[in-house]
Formats: sequence, structure tokens, C-alpha cells
Amino acid sequence: MDAAKLERYRSSQRRLLKNRLTRIGIVLGGSMVLVSLLLIFFYLLYVVTPLFRSPSLTESYQAPFLSPAKTLKLGLDDSRQYGYRFTDLGVVEFYQANGEHTARRLDLPEGAQITASAKAHPASEILAMGLSNGDLLLARTDFITTYPNNLRTITPALGYPLGSPTYPLGEEAIRSLSVAADQEQVTLVWRGDQGPYQLTRLYGERDFLSDEVVWTPVSVELPELNNVQSLQLSPDQRQLFVLTDNRIQVWQIGALDAVRLDQVLDAAEPEARITELALLAGESSLLVVNDNGVVSQWFQARIDGQRRYQRVRAFVHDGPVTAIASEHYRKGFALGDAEGGLDLYHTTAERHLLHQDGGNGAVRHLAFAPAGNGLILESGEGVTLFTLDNPHPEISFSALWQKVWYEGYSEPDYVWQSTSGSNDFEAKMSLMPLAFGTLKAALYAMVFAVPLAVAGAIYTAYFMTPGVRRLVKPTVEIMEALPTVILGFLAGLWLAPIVERNLAGILLLVLLLPLVILLCAWGWQRLPERWHSSTWGHYRELLLLPVLILTGVVALWLSPYLELLLMGGDARAFITHELGIPFDQRNALVVGLAMGFAVIPTIFSIAEDAIFSVPKHLVNGSLALGATQWQTLNRVVLLTASPGIFSAIMMGFGRALGETMIVLMATGNTPLMEWNIFEGMRTLAANIAVEMPESAIGSSHYRVLFLAAFVLFVASFFFNTLAELVRQRLRRKYSTL
Amino acid sequence: MRKWFTSGAPWIWMTSGAVSLALIAVLGLLLLIASRGLVYFWPSTLYEWQLQESQGETSVVIGERYERERVPRERLEQAGMTVPGEAPFVERFLVKTGNRERVSLDFRWIWQDQVIAERTPEALAVVERVRNGNFYGYPEALVVDGERLQGGQMATRLPSVIEEANRLRDEARELQSGAIGRINYQLEQLRLQKRKLALKGQDSPDNLAPLEAQASALRAEYQVLEQSLFALRQQAASDWLEVREMTGETVRLPMDQVLAVAFPNRMNLLEKLWHWMGKVAIFVTAEPREANTEGGVFPAIFGTVFMVMLMAVIVTPFGVLAAVYLHEYAANNALTRFIRIAVINLAGVPSIVYGVFGLGFFVYVLGGSLDSLFYPEALPSPTFGTPGVLWASLTLAILTLPVVIVSTEEGLARIPSTVRHGSLALGATQAETLWRIVLPMASPAIMTGLILAVARAAGEVAPLMLVGVVKLAPQLPVDGNFPYVHLERKFMHLGFHIYDVGFQSPNVEAARPLVYATSFLLVTVIVSLNLTAIAVRNHLREKFRSIDHG
Repeated sequence: MDAAKLERYRSSQRRLLKNRLTRIGIVLGGSMVLVSLLLIFFYLLYVVTPLFRSPSLTESYQAPFLSPAKTLKLGLDDSRQYGYRFTDLGVVEFYQANGEHTARRLDLPEGAQITASAKAHPASEILAMGLSNGDLLLARTDFITTYPNNLRTITPALGYPLGSPTYPLGEEAIRSLSVAADQEQVTLVWRGDQGPYQLTRLYGERDFLSDEVVWTPVSVELPELNNVQSLQLSPDQRQLFVLTDNRIQVWQIGALDAVRLDQVLDAAEPEARITELALLAGESSLLVVNDNGVVSQWFQARIDGQRRYQRVRAFVHDGPVTAIASEHYRKGFALGDAEGGLDLYHTTAERHLLHQDGGNGAVRHLAFAPAGNGLILESGEGVTLFTLDNPHPEISFSALWQKVWYEGYSEPDYVWQSTSGSNDFEAKMSLMPLAFGTLKAALYAMVFAVPLAVAGAIYTAYFMTPGVRRLVKPTVEIMEALPTVILGFLAGLWLAPIVERNLAGILLLVLLLPLVILLCAWGWQRLPERWHSSTWGHYRELLLLPVLILTGVVALWLSPYLELLLMGGDARAFITHELGIPFDQRNALVVGLAMGFAVIPTIFSIAEDAIFSVPKHLVNGSLALGATQWQTLNRVVLLTASPGIFSAIMMGFGRALGETMIVLMATGNTPLMEWNIFEGMRTLAANIAVEMPESAIGSSHYRVLFLAAFVLFVASFFFNTLAELVRQRLRRKYSTL
Repeated sequence: MRKWFTSGAPWIWMTSGAVSLALIAVLGLLLLIASRGLVYFWPSTLYEWQLQESQGETSVVIGERYERERVPRERLEQAGMTVPGEAPFVERFLVKTGNRERVSLDFRWIWQDQVIAERTPEALAVVERVRNGNFYGYPEALVVDGERLQGGQMATRLPSVIEEANRLRDEARELQSGAIGRINYQLEQLRLQKRKLALKGQDSPDNLAPLEAQASALRAEYQVLEQSLFALRQQAASDWLEVREMTGETVRLPMDQVLAVAFPNRMNLLEKLWHWMGKVAIFVTAEPREANTEGGVFPAIFGTVFMVMLMAVIVTPFGVLAAVYLHEYAANNALTRFIRIAVINLAGVPSIVYGVFGLGFFVYVLGGSLDSLFYPEALPSPTFGTPGVLWASLTLAILTLPVVIVSTEEGLARIPSTVRHGSLALGATQAETLWRIVLPMASPAIMTGLILAVARAAGEVAPLMLVGVVKLAPQLPVDGNFPYVHLERKFMHLGFHIYDVGFQSPNVEAARPLVYATSFLLVTVIVSLNLTAIAVRNHLREKFRSIDHG
């Protein structure tokens, strides 16, 4: 007896324990699953946020000068291990974080001094020096990586791009100099003690036997250059910018036999003097520094068929600028001022990225690390090195959503162009054309889907016989389940050519279908009483099937004749040439039809549900009071169900926004901003599908694509929540009625 | 008239017209896919046309007629074509002439006016080849072991020679993908083991010696197998078929290139049907050829099914768990209602967003960490840190989770609370009620949810393009090499196959019928899955109606 009791007690203990464990398991597991669904939102956000984080600048170390000489050029190596300084005594000093500073001497000829110097564009890291004996010295730093004992070791060295350190330019000391250089060609603008400015171009040719480059000079005199304050050569060696008399002269020097003054820019800000010129990374942007702290950006834009330099935008710095440096590859630049402050800007994004105070007196020189992740500046009696965390300077709200004036464009515009073959290419990542394309595709789909789906839902819920309804509903569900890749394929390869070839017929069909239906309705009314009150009258949808198919066939058959009659035989040519509307084969019309097809079932199901579940006593009451079927539908049923229909349309719109495969396959995927129904578009979703596999992890492009996904997520969530809330309110309302 | 309009009768007809249009669209679409997809395998009649060329010469074209159209002369002239005749409309038809290596384009338009004579000779044959598509022409002779057979002799020997060629080809492929594939796989594993030892600093000669020995043994085996593979190939190439093509030239087709020879003009309906069934079977079971534009879709079918099954295994327990929690355990408060709305909304989030999430989180974050933890020897080439079938299944599992949750919750809600109360009143604990009463009763709803999830997953392509699908996977995710299931591999998918072949292949015209066939296959699978789900759901409703009223 006791044993049995004990056994029962134990078993119930076990059962209770099991019950508790199950409870814990399910609560834990269930909430974990739900939390992991939330994770999607937060992960997307997590990837996107670095885009908008402000950059940070941290000081790595300071080092006092190794010698009291003046600085010609500052720089950093790729790994940011070394900072270096070219001095006017012909010495290059290398500074290291661990205090092991070293110095190398340049190969100056005996007795010669440096009398002038010029920096080539930052990415080349070349410094040109003019010597007192008339020689030119071209030098750059090289950092050699070796792996002794499997340890990465970087040793600094000096390199001479011309092969030999010096090259004889003239007889007398060089007083002024400007340089641009690449592998095959070096361009110099210089002046000796006396005589006019000279433009000298060295053409390099590799000797096959010795494998050395032999440089051949060609020179042109530039007697018109006087009173020169500053010189800059564009990196492509086609343009020379001369600052003189508070104006900037732009010289075309691409061909040495046709050197000419192209344009004179009144580039100074009102009541200000230009103090310095600098070039932005890439080919064509000029930064003009004014003594009131305004830095304006100028580049060539095509105005009235001519490429002229234009003032594009300006950045206002508080107080005069004492040093400017542009990044090697990106469109950013840094300013230093007399108080030792440091400011970072990005031109196209129009962002003031960062301000840092300094206390060491005026900033005299500035330079970026090649990857833009470090900075070196000179102030007081030494240099300071910084680590710069600035991964996405080119992204800003204005760059993503507003018109941006890109280099080479004649006006500000929304542009999406994320990649290109060229190295100097600046990614243009405006989400506007994509968002526009998304809306365009969705709206054209809705134009097609909403009337059909809502009208169909009304008929199915209110007029259709139960037998047919039992067949129609699963058919629509099947329609919803059709893979969109198949719809896209049919739209792109089957429908698009048909629409193109029978454009007139398709347009005719839009007119003809309602007319034919009306005609049928009228004809039915005219039939003898015995006919039109028979049970056949309940199967209008089935009666119409053959009629509509026939109408379609007739319209398509008529299409060529119609085109011949109205459009001179070729609708496409007529639209492009006569009407002047661009025409793509894969256009918004095709997308609208295909995506409309995909959206119809979503709208239909929900709207039908809302109309069908309108309480019957409302309908009966209305009918009992003498209203006709149509009046009841119009004034009672639709009014009651309208929130449901609204929510159905919202759901459909949400689905159309994110649809990928159909737009991917049925449009040309060109990011256009035109409402034209005969042109394609590129949507956010299709863009992600096309570009995501090729984007590098962590790059701005990658994060912007995540942002696109995030926008889609939020948009569809918004529309769906709206729809769902409306639906739930409606359900509560019905239950109280 | 006005009265008639206000009576609403025309508007009712209009609404019914909307239903009719939708029905026409769905049924028409299914019919279109079915007809185009199935006709692809039907042995179509081969024609020989005699054509009038521009300079008064005549030429002969042999091929299949693809489509026929009537075009306004205007359009063609604007496109820069010279059109014979005077009529405002010109009739033309598209002909597949095959023989791709001998003519620049294997499709050409022919004007109806050009045709002088049209014949369907019985001797015309279509030769299916491993490379370069079909060959059309008159078989003249068959050369077997140096012996030249013609006429009736050729006809009698041809089937056995083709069978022999196919056997040799199968053998060669078996050798290549089976034995040689296994050796390559093992060699790669040995390389990784060596690298692993090196990473651990244990790459002493003692440790490496057995690996080296194994590797050299494998290499020796490889040599032998390669020899026999060459021998097989040579043997297969020793016979050939001579076919006279439309230009009158006789072309030699080596038997190792010939897959099948058919004389469609000679076949009666029954033979055609038989031929058709054979082609369908090949389509479903064979591997693709010629950049996916010919051959079968077996790897795509396998990839789709495998990925979807993996997804189902992942999504079912989690979906049910979440639904049970929401419906049976969570308090019915604002938070729960919010979660419910959120879950319903997640079902409406664009699939590409899930793809982006899958790529970022599963592939790069999870896969990347798995790689650095367990597969450091293979780095920098990633093992799991790259799109693959596991990540695709996981992504689709997340995508379909809301479907399963919503459907299961619906099933749970349908179970009358009296049933639960009865169980509890008899002394069962909540867990026992759940396990013995509620879940079994909800199982059809769970099934419905699962089927819907599978149907959705099978048709979803956009996210897969980011997380693991490829146009041509060299190996299936399941093979005979340990550990047999390779979840890190990329896979092929029917939906992506449609996109890829239809839009990325160089010869879209030639590939289009195959795309229709693939579409038909996919639609069949998905429609039948959905119909099953609908049937299960209706059955379920009936059942609970009887419980409610019984």
C-alpha cells in the first residue's frame, strides 16, 4: 500500500517536473525565436550605422624636429608606422612611434642647395626640388616590406622617379617650380633667376637593352606669366592653374605647340584674397583657399556646350587657413589654422566631418596617409601623427537623398552609379533614383491591380454563387503562389516582345474590354425575360470568359492594321520619333502588368475577406428597406468594408515595393527618374540583387546596399502594420455589430 | 439608359468582368507554360524548304519551324531589311536550322514569299549532340570499326551503336566524377591536413610522412584511372556517322558526340509519344550541357529539393515552438499582440531583405567565425564563410518562419478550449495536454503551414542569389565522399536556373524552350504543393466544424 502511494507520489512529482521543464523550454525557445526575428531589424541597423558615425581622430604621438630646417613636404607610409619630412637642407627625416627616428640624405650634387620645391599630386608622393645649380631633383619615399623571421618589417628608403636623382634643367638657380608626374611623362613649370617661366615636359622611354628609362625634354617659354603667386599642374598634365592678381588663370597645356590661356577665374570670394590653391584627388577639382577662411571648390562643367570651370560649392572655415591637404584617393580634404585647429571636410557629401583643437601654434603643413586613415601635421617645433578613423566620408544624408553636383556633370543631379572601370571613378550613391524606380514600379502595378482586384473581390464576395466561389478562391491562391521568377521570365521574354509588337492592340484592349463588358450587360438586359432571369444570369463571370478572350484575339489581330492606320505602321518608331518619347522594350507597362498580376491575389484575398464578412443582418436590413442589390452594396457593404479594402491595397502596395525578380527581369534596370510608362526603372530590391554579390564587405557600397534593404524593410513594415491595424479595428467593429 | 446605369446592372457586369480577366490571366498563364514547356520535348516535323534567294538563285534550308508571324512591311523596312513582295504585311517564320558550328546563327527568319517548295522527307534526321546543339540532315553512312554501313544496314546498326556510345560516355563520366572525383577530394583533404599540422607547428617529417605516402599512392591511382579514361574516350571517338546537311556537304559526326538520332517524320503518333516520354525522363534525370541551355536539370531539381528539405527541418520545430509559446503560454497582453502583428508583418517583408540579412549575418558573421574556429587550414579560401546551401536553407527558414507560426497559431486557435479544459480537469498537466491533445489536433495545421512554407521557399529566388545559388555547381551537396553531406557547397536551383538561362545565356532563342520546360516543372511542384495545403486546410475545417457542433 505504502509502496504504491510512494510510487504515485513520485510519478506525480515527475509529471510536475516535466510540466515545469516543458514550460521553461517553450517560453525560452519561443521567445528566442521571436527575438531572432527582431534580430533582422537590429542587424541591418548595425551594419548601416557606421555610415553616419562621425569620424574620429586620435593622436598617435608627437615628435620634435630632428633638425631646425624648414619643411618642404610631410607624409605617412601605408602602414602609418612612419611619418616623414623633407627638409630644405636635403634631408628626409623619418619619425616612428617608438622614438627610433632616422634621417636619410638626398643625393644633392656637391655644393648645391635647394632653392625651390613643389609637391606633385598627393597620390604620387613625389617632391620636386629646384637646385641652386639649375638641376632638378625628383624624389619620393619608398617603404620596403620584408619578412625576416616571419616578422613584417618595413624599412624606409628614398626613390628617384627619374632614375637618376638629378636632371639638368637650366644654368641658374631655380626660383619657382611646379610639377606633375606619372610613369611616362613629367611636366614642369619653372623659372630660373632670370628669364621667363618655362614649361618643360620630359618624355620617358624604356630602353630595351638596359631597361632604364631615358627622358627627352621638350620646352616652351611662357612669357605671359608674371607676378605669379602660386602654380598648380593638374595630375593629367593637361592644365596649369596660375594664381596671379587674386585671379586664377587656367592654361591648356596638353599639347605643347598649342599652349593657351583658356579661362580666367574671378575665384576670390567677395572682399577676400586667395591665399592658396590645392587639387582634389582625381582629375579635375580645384580648391581655392581665401584669407577669410572660405574654401571654394571649382571644376569643369559643360555649360552651353563648353567645358568651363565653375564654382560648385564652398566650405566656410572659422578664421584664416594656414595649411590644406587633400586625400590621396577620396574627395576629402583637411584644413589647419593659425590656432592649431584641424578640420576635415568631404566635398561631394558636403560634410564637415571633424574639428579638432590644437594648442601648438599655427599648423604649417598637413598630409594624409595614402589610405586616408592617418594624418601628419606640423606645428610649433615638431610633427604630430594622428590615426584617423574615417571609413565612409562620402556618405551623408544629402549625398543619399538630395541632388549632388558631381565632377564632370553640368548640374546637380540624382545619380546612382556605384562602380565603373576607371580608377579615378567616384561612386555616386544617390538612393533617390532607386526609391523613385521602386515607387514607379509599384504605382504602375497598382494602377493595373487595384481596379481588377477590388472589383473582382466585390463580385466574388457579394454576387458570386457559392459553387463558383469555391473554385475561384483556390485559383486566386494558386495565382499568389506562382513563383515570381516565372512571372518575371514571362514578362521579360514573352510579354515584352508581344507588347512591343502589338502596342496599338494592347492600348485598344484597354478601351475595348470595358466597352465589350458594358455591351454584354446591355445585350443581356435586352434578351427575352425567360433568358435573362434564368439561373445563367448568376454566372456572368463564366459567360464573359469566351467573350473577353475573343475580344483579346480581335484586338491583337487588329493591332497591325491600327498601327498602319494611325502610327505609320510601326508603333515603336512612331512613339520615339513622332512623339519624342523614349521607348524601351522592357518598360514600366510590362512591369505594371506582370507585377500587377503578382499583386492582384494579395489585394483580392484580403478585400474579399473584408467584404464577405460584413454582417449579414446589415445587408438584409438594407434590402428589407427596399434598397436594390447595387444600392446595398454601394451604400452599406462597401462603406462598412472600406477600411478592409484600404488595408488590402496597403498590403498589395507593400508587396509591390519589395518585389525583386519581376523588375529584375522585366526592366532594363537603368536608374532613371522618369515617369514615362515606356521606359524602365531600377528598384531598390533589384539593385540589391544585382550589386550585392559584388560589393566588398564593410565598404561604403556594401553598407549603402544594406541601407537600401533597411529602407525596404521599414517601408514594407510600415504599410503592413498600417494595414494590419486597420484590419484588426475592423474585425472588432464587425464583432460589435 | 441613365436609369439602366443607376440600376447598377452594368457595374455588376464590370465587376464580374474583373473576375473573368483574372481567371483568364491565371489559367492562360498556366496553359501557356504547360503548352510551351511540354511541346519542347515533342518531336516536331522536320522540313526541307527550297528558297528563292535575291539573285535568282535557290537555296535549301532544313530545320524545325518555331513560330510564324505577320509583320507590317513598314517596321521591317525601318529596321533596314529588304523585304520581297509588295503587300503591306509580310508573313515570315522562324526556323531552327541547328548545325551551329557550320552556320553563324542557328535560327533564321524565312519569308513566306521566298518558299518555292516545302517537303517533309522521311529520311531527314535530327542528331542530338553533346556539343553545339542539334544537327539536321540526311544520314548517309555509319562507320563502325572502319566498316562503312549504308542504307538498311545503317538503320539496323544505328541504335546499337548509339547505345554503345552512350554506355561508353556514361562509363567515362562515372570514372571522372566518381573515382577521379574521389581522388581529387582526398588529395585536397590531405593538403588541408598538412596545412593544419603546419599551423599547429607539428609539421615534423615524422608527421608528414604518412600523409605524403597516402598522397603519392593516390596520385599513382589517378594516373591509372586517367589512362583508362583516355582509352574510353578514344574508343568512343573511333566510330562516326556521316550526315549530309542542307548545303549538300557531308559532315562527319564522331559517335562520342552523338547522343541520339531520331527520324521524326517517320514516326507515328505512338512513337512520338514514346519519344516524348523518353525526352521528358532525360530532362528530369540528366545533367545540363552547353552552359545549361541543353540537357537536363537534375542538379537543379536536386538542389531545390535538398535545400527545401533542409529548410523544412529547421523551420518546423522553431515555428511550432514560437506558435505554441504565443498561443498557449504567453500572457494575452499588449506585448503579445504587438509580437503577433510583428510576426504577421515579417511575412510581408521583401524576400531580398532576408537575403541581405542572410549574406551579412549568416555568411559573413556566422560563417566567418566558423571558418576561423574550425577551418583555419583552408583560409584564406573560405569554407563556410561563403554562400552555400546551409546558409540558403537558414535564410529561407527565417523567411518562412512567419508562415509556419501564423498557420500553427491558427490551428491552435481552432481547437475548442473545452477540449483543453477537459484534459486539465481529468488531471493532466499542461505539458501533457499540449503533447497528447493539443499538438496532435493541431498537426494538420502545422502540416499546412509547412507545405505553404515549402511552396514559398521552392519558388523564392531573389534571396538565394545572395546566399548560395550558382548557375553551375560542379558537385552536388550530397556525394560519396566522407562526410557525404556537404552543407558548405553551393547548389543549383530551378528558379535561378530559369533566371540564368532565360536572361544570362548567350543564345536566348535556343534556350527559351528549355526555360519554359523548367518553369513548367517548377510550377507543377508548387501548384501541387499548394493544392495539397488547400485540401488539408479544408479537411481540417470540416473536422473542427464537426467537433464544434458534435
